[in-house]
Order: sequence, then structure tokens, then C-alpha cells
Amino acid sequence: MALTAGFFYLFSVFSVIAGVMVIVAKNPVHAVLFLVLAFFNAAGLFILLGAEFLAMVLIIVYVGAVAVLFLFVVMMLDVDFAELKAGFIKNAPIGLLVGGIVLVELILLFVARGFDLGVAHKLAAAMPTADSGVSNTEALGHILYTKYIYFFEVAGLILLVAMIGAIVLTLQHKSGVRRQSIAAQVARLPKDGVEVVKVPSGGSVIPAPDGQS
Amino acid sequence: MQHLSIYAPVLPEIVVALGAMALLMFGVFRKATPGGDFATAWLAIGVLLLAAVLVATGTTGREAVFDGAFIADGFARFMKLLIIGGAVLVIIMSFGNLARQGLLSFEYIVLLLLAVLGMMLMISAGDLIALYLGIELQSLSLYVVAAIKRDEVRSSEAGLKYFVLGALSSGMLLYGASLIYGFTGSVDFGVIASVAQGQSAAGNIGLTFGLVFLLIGIAFKISAVPFHMWTPDVYQGAPTPVTAFFAAAPKLAAMALLMRVVFTAFPGIAPQWQQIIVFLSIASMLLGAFAAIGQTNIKRLMAYSSIGHIGYALVGVAANNEAGMQAVLIYLAIYLFMTLGAFACILSMRTKDGILEDIDSLSGLAKTNLPMAFVLAMILFSMAGIPPLAGFFAKFYVFAAAIKAGLYPLAVIGVLASVVAAYYYLRVIKVMFFDDATQSFVPVERGPGFVMTIAILFVLLFVLVPQPLVNAALAAVQSLQTVIPVP
Repeated sequence: MALTAGFFYLFSVFSVIAGVMVIVAKNPVHAVLFLVLAFFNAAGLFILLGAEFLAMVLIIVYVGAVAVLFLFVVMMLDVDFAELKAGFIKNAPIGLLVGGIVLVELILLFVARGFDLGVAHKLAAAMPTADSGVSNTEALGHILYTKYIYFFEVAGLILLVAMIGAIVLTLQHKSGVRRQSIAAQVARLPKDGVEVVKVPSGGSVIPAPDGQS
Repeated sequence: MQHLSIYAPVLPEIVVALGAMALLMFGVFRKATPGGDFATAWLAIGVLLLAAVLVATGTTGREAVFDGAFIADGFARFMKLLIIGGAVLVIIMSFGNLARQGLLSFEYIVLLLLAVLGMMLMISAGDLIALYLGIELQSLSLYVVAAIKRDEVRSSEAGLKYFVLGALSSGMLLYGASLIYGFTGSVDFGVIASVAQGQSAAGNIGLTFGLVFLLIGIAFKISAVPFHMWTPDVYQGAPTPVTAFFAAAPKLAAMALLMRVVFTAFPGIAPQWQQIIVFLSIASMLLGAFAAIGQTNIKRLMAYSSIGHIGYALVGVAANNEAGMQAVLIYLAIYLFMTLGAFACILSMRTKDGILEDIDSLSGLAKTNLPMAFVLAMILFSMAGIPPLAGFFAKFYVFAAAIKAGLYPLAVIGVLASVVAAYYYLRVIKVMFFDDATQSFVPVERGPGFVMTIAILFVLLFVLVPQPLVNAALAAVQSLQTVIPVP
């Protein structure tokens, strides 16, 4: 138990620090890397909760795809982050106001309802037994491919449309570009490129201009 | 095989999905050969017709698959047949135009097929997740199609504008859906209906809040005022065949979705959504009538005209009775044919030098091409609601339903708006018949000619044989019912 608590505080502290660093880091590439660190620590927290599937998804989708996409955007586009941050002090009061309103809402919620939001009751009802032998991933797979197969398939079709659309709208066939044709390279036979010539002693070999003797 | 038969109601959708994927592969391998893209387009028409046959001959009753997420009933069948028919006619009439602009690529055809699939899923949506996924599948395909002419600034602008505003509306729709889920505890329309029924108006303020956001999201898709801002720009910027598709199929699908949501998920709190629909309806009818007066581009004119038509169709939804729902379906069917016919004429506005979109370029059309002028004039008369053309009956049914429901102000405003709207339709007719000819168009091609023939026959002959459509609409409406699932 102490070990779990220790890991919890480790992951929590690191994710909070990483989250703050995402905002304050001067270099945008560093900011994205801190974001990745925050994702990793959040994934660790999920594992502590027993939600191994969410942890995997967080790492595969957010670290593997989204953060890399951010990195690409940051490095490819010339976004001037100093300029974006220039109005920070000027707009800070508005941000504080919005944050304050949300804070007051939260406080009011607790004043009205107390700290018992029925969460404890729901947690107790929804928890599967730890030794049921069915992991989260397996259970999700069962329900995704049976009850929700229709939505799963339609989502697949939507992704197909996205792919077709991206290709149709961006792929340009430039003429006059010499591309590497691996198939042609592999299909080339030795006799097409190499020629064995018997050199007469004392004479010389002058290849024909068209490559054939 | 025994187990697979429970998925029979989804068969048309499966056919369209697999057909789209197969055509994607076919197109990639055949695009290098001459006529490859035409072959893809014809095969796409084949796929759609096969799906239409499957829809028409499929199971007759009401069937719910995937735990009620997908509903196949008479209402869905009626709307799906209209949408598939509209898509087929749009593809037929846009071959030549697309090929001339160098836009007839297999990707375009595949995206149209996937958009039709999204619309079919929208119509059959039985819960909030299916609703959202259907809308996204449809919208994403349409965003790309709007920007398909990527080298032209207007087309790219249309695509981007459509995408940004569409994403915004999706966000609102999702926000509403999450509120509804939070306050009812279910995404299923039947359960939502039973929960909404049991609460007092004061007790379900959160649910009403969610309903408002959900309706805003759908109002964006049907381009009802005040969520119509994207329509004129997108209609003008997108290539004309794409505009024809936008005006026809997606509006019908979104209206069907709206009807399914309000009539099966929220029948218990009708007063709450009725006032929203009444406002949308009045605002759309008035703006559609007044804003179109100053337009010089015929595609923009059609955009405002479609906004107005959606306003009239919403009158039937606001009536909240069986006659109203039936009237909406009749209105949508007639609107589909009128729109397709009008766009077939717009696609034929072409001289040797290029494509024209100004209303003034129609001047003297009656002297240079009388048949086309006659067709366009009849369709515009019909849109204005002149008897005995089909458009008159469309308006007649919705206003009759509104009066039956006691919505007298709505009916009066609607009639007045249609009088104003008649002005700009008549102005186009005046330009065609009484102005001097300045140029002559090239002869009408076979594709648009075919669609024009169908549209004019429908518009002229509806008065003689209205029964098939009226009865089909009534049967479709009667199948639209709230089914509360037994837990």
C-alpha cells in the first residue's frame, strides 16, 4: 500500500510539474516534450487505478500520435510563440476572472451538496471483482466487437473518407520528376548492366555508344 | 447463414459500403485506361440501383437491428428511395460537365457513394450515436466534394467554409446529445421518449437545453435560418454538379433525421420543440423570399430558394400531426424533382466559350432554345407554387396541415412569403421569354436532357396521378412511431 501511495505521489508531482513547465517553457519544443512527460505520468496514474487500457491508449494515441503531431507543427511552422505570449499580462485579469468564476462554481457545488456526491456509492457498485479473470482490455474488446460493432464499422468508414479526402485534395502528380522505382531496380538483371568483354592482348576495348558491343 | 439473416435490413447499406470500397480499387486500377472514370461512374449507378431495389423489396415491417441503433421502417424506405434516386439522377446529369472540367475522377464518385451511405445511415438512425456517425460520414464526404476543384479559389473557399461551419454545428449537436444523454440516461430514442414523457416541463429543463442544441446542429444541415450563412457561398463556389447534389440529397436526409428525432424521441415535449421549429420555419420562408430578390447568380438564387423551401417543409413538421408529416414527405419528394430539373437546366447553360451562371445570360432563351426555356419556366412556376403544377400541391398540403393544427399565423406568413418569392421566379421567366437574345447555348446534352424530361413530366403530371406519392407518404408516416424498448 505504501508502495502504491509512493508511486501515486511520484506520478502526481511529476505530472503537475510537467504541466506547469508546458506553459512556462520558453522553447516550444521543450514545451511539447514536457507535455509528453505529463502524458506518461498520467498513464502511470491510470495503471495505479487499474485502468490499463486507458494507460495504453494514452501512450499510443497521445504520446505516439498527438504529441508527435504537435512536434511536427511546432518545428515545421514558424510560429512565433513570444508574440503569442506577449499579451499575457494584459489579458491575465480576464483569465483570472474566468478562473475565479469556475472556482466559485465548484465551491458552491460543494457548499450545496457537501463532499458526498454519491461517488463512493457508484464506485462500490461499478467495481468488478479484482480476480474475475477478465481484464479491461478484454472486456472492452468483447463489447466493441459485438454490441457496438455497427458504430465501430461506421467509424472505420468515416476514417476511410478522411483518407480519400486528404489524398484527393493534396496529392499532386508533378510531371518531370524522376522517382526511384524500386521494382525496376530489383528486376534489373546482371546481363542488362554488366558486360563481359574479352580483351585481346595488346588491344583496347571501346564500348559502343549505345552500351552494346 | 441463419444468424446472418437478422442483418437483412442493413443489406442495402452493406451493398453501398462494399460497392464504394470495390469501386475505389477498380478506379485506382482503371483510371489510366481511357473511359475508366466513366466506367466507375456507371458502376456506381449500378450499385445505387441495386441498393434501391434491395430497399424497395426488403422487409416490409419495422425492424430494429444492432440493439435499436439501426431502424428499417416504411419511413426509412421512402426517404432512402428518394435519396438514392436523387443521387443517381445527379450522377447521370453531371457526366459531361464534370468531364469537361476535368473533375470526373473515381474518387469523386466514391465520395458521392459514401455520402449516400451516410445519408442512409442518418435516415435509419435509432439512437444518438448512430445519428452522429451518419451525419459525420455524410458531411465529411461532402466537405471534400465541395472543394474537389482544388485549383480554383472559390471551390476551395466553399469547401473550407462548409467544413468550418459544419464542424461547429457538429460540435453543437454533440453538446446537445451529451446533455440529452446526461438527463435521460440513454442514447436510445425510445428510452429518451419515455423519460421525456414522464417529466414535467420544469423538471426537464436540462433535457430541453440539450434538445435546443441538437436542433441547432440539425438546422445547420438543412440550412434553416438563422443557420443558413454557409449555403449561398457553398452553392456558388462548388462546381455546379456538386451544388445540384447538395441541394437535393443531403437536405432530404437531414429533414428525415429531424423528423425522426422530434417525432420518435421527443413526442412528449412537443411544445418545447414546436416553438423552435415555428421560428426556424418563419425565418427561413421570409429570408428565402426576400434575400433572393437581389441575386444575379442563378446558383445563389437556387441557394436562397432552397432555404425558402426548407422553411415551407418545416411548416409541416411544426404542425405535429399525421397530415403534417405526410405533407413534409410529399413536399420533399416534389422539391427533389423540381431541384434536379432546375439544376439540369443550369448545367445546360453553356456556350462554346464556357459555363455561364448569370441570370442575365438566360435572356431570350425562348427564342434560341424553346424546349429548355419551357422546362425551366414550368419548374420555376412550380417552385413558385402556381397551380396546377406539382409545387402548388406541395405547399397546399403543408399549409392545410398547419391550419388543421391551428397554426394560422404560420400558414398566413407562409402564403405571403410565397407571393414574394414568386417575384424572383417570375423575373427569371421574364428574362427568358421577353428579353432579347444575346447568345445561344450549345444544345442540351443527353444526361441533363433525360433529367429535365423526368422533372417536367413529374411537375406536369402530378396533378393527374397524385395518389401513388400521397399514399406512399401516408404509409411511410404511419410507420414512424415511438417504440420504447423493453429492458
